[in-house]
Amino acid sequence: MIPVCRIEDLPEGESVRVEAGDATAAIAVFHTGGAFYAIDDTCSHQDASLSDGWLEGCYVECPLHAALFDLRSGRPTCLPARRPVTTHAVTVVDGMLYVHPSVTAVPGDPVRTAPEEAVA
Amino acid sequence: MTTVGTVTVVGASLAGLHAAWGLRSQGYDGRLVVVGEERHRPYDRPPLSKEFLTGDADPGEGPGHLALTDPEEEAELDAEWLLGVRAEALDTAAGEIRLTGGRTLRTDGVVIATGATPRTLPLPRMAGVHTLRTLDDAIRLRAALRAGAARVVVIGAGFIGAEVASSCAALGLDVTVVEAAPLPLLPQLGEEMARVCAALHARGGATLLCGTGVAGLRGGGRVTGVELADGRLLPADVVVVGVGVRPVTGWLEGSGLLLEDGVRCDEGCVTALPNVVAVGDVARLARPGTGHTVRAEHWTSGMLQGAVAARNLLAGSTVEPFDALPYFWSDQYGSRIQYAGRRAPGDTVRILEGDPADGGGFLAVYERDAAPTAALGVDRPRPFMRLRRELARAPRPAGR
Repeated sequence: MIPVCRIEDLPEGESVRVEAGDATAAIAVFHTGGAFYAIDDTCSHQDASLSDGWLEGCYVECPLHAALFDLRSGRPTCLPARRPVTTHAVTVVDGMLYVHPSVTAVPGDPVRTAPEEAVA
Repeated sequence: MTTVGTVTVVGASLAGLHAAWGLRSQGYDGRLVVVGEERHRPYDRPPLSKEFLTGDADPGEGPGHLALTDPEEEAELDAEWLLGVRAEALDTAAGEIRLTGGRTLRTDGVVIATGATPRTLPLPRMAGVHTLRTLDDAIRLRAALRAGAARVVVIGAGFIGAEVASSCAALGLDVTVVEAAPLPLLPQLGEEMARVCAALHARGGATLLCGTGVAGLRGGGRVTGVELADGRLLPADVVVVGVGVRPVTGWLEGSGLLLEDGVRCDEGCVTALPNVVAVGDVARLARPGTGHTVRAEHWTSGMLQGAVAARNLLAGSTVEPFDALPYFWSDQYGSRIQYAGRRAPGDTVRILEGDPADGGGFLAVYERDAAPTAALGVDRPRPFMRLRRELARAPRPAGR
């Protein structure tokens, strides 16, 4: 479990890159559509940081070649990316955001930030 | 065109593959043949001048992770692959492509995706002198750089030259880059920004010599140095020539197609014949309303033209123009350069973020009459992307 930041420090529409340690690739955490998502930061196509990408709904567009990834599944929805990126679980504890790095690519459940769906 | 018959894609490249995908995704279910001069299935070229050269892992003999298709996708594409086979001629009247060895291929539609090949200089052939375009070129260069080479001279400071120099510097080699023009990338970036990007060489530990041509090579069977036009001699164990490319159109001589530094097409990649289209580095497209044509050597153009050309080929005429905003990127000395738009000489440059002088990256916009025409970012991927999107939506500058 890696601490990311206070939830107020990652407003809607923003993203942040988290170094997950030597053994794990860097992770990009997004706040969009009232939820937090975490996926591998490096695009599965070429070396580019998805936390620098363009966020639109549940999708992020790679800043280098415009590959589009679904934040919920990690799957690319258009070329040039063809391989999914790994998704990671996100939790909020006492207003603090944490990611739980996955070992393999599994669709991650987003953490809703809308009050009725808040996960604590 | 009906869905029966044969469409042949000549060029097993990024652009050719995307055209093939475009044909299938738009319902073409006839015979699909892909002819490739290289022995490899389509692969991604941009990494060849970058991490392919610097990476520690032995890349092996095939495309490996650079492959643009996997077996599942190849099965889905359902194409016949003729690899290591060159198209020698196109007979449009007979609907035939002549292949290496005299074999002919009957075809109803043709996608020309033969790309480009490195320009050469009038220099003697010598061991240790390289160009870089294909995977096999990169395998040879990578091996040469690891075979005890200490001094590398790169001729030409364009994108390939700069990226190779950057990779050599990263490998700890002594690198000198020779550029005949007063500054590298002048036509692409304009003087002010070309000067900024030229400074990356020195920051990365390479020496850049501008404004001097190459007079000759030293060495017997193997190169030992490069003689410059101004009399200087640069000792070299490896020389890389990166002085641009020329489109591969020799095989189309006599086909009746108009060849003008590329295959002339309308704005939708369609040649004078509705059943022949061209994509990627080899295609020279009309730009209606501008009075000129454009042949882009950009990765993104090659990728995007495939779907457009496929659609127009199946429709029998141009129903969709190719009008994507030109975009390219380059990784040099740890910096990522991104450019998008249609700059013209005389456009002014305004810095929106950062300071080009301090090496920490910046974002610049080119303008004409207070309207943006192009964007340049160095290590500013996020705001660059925003600006690129704005440019794509903005009205096109007059005449561009």
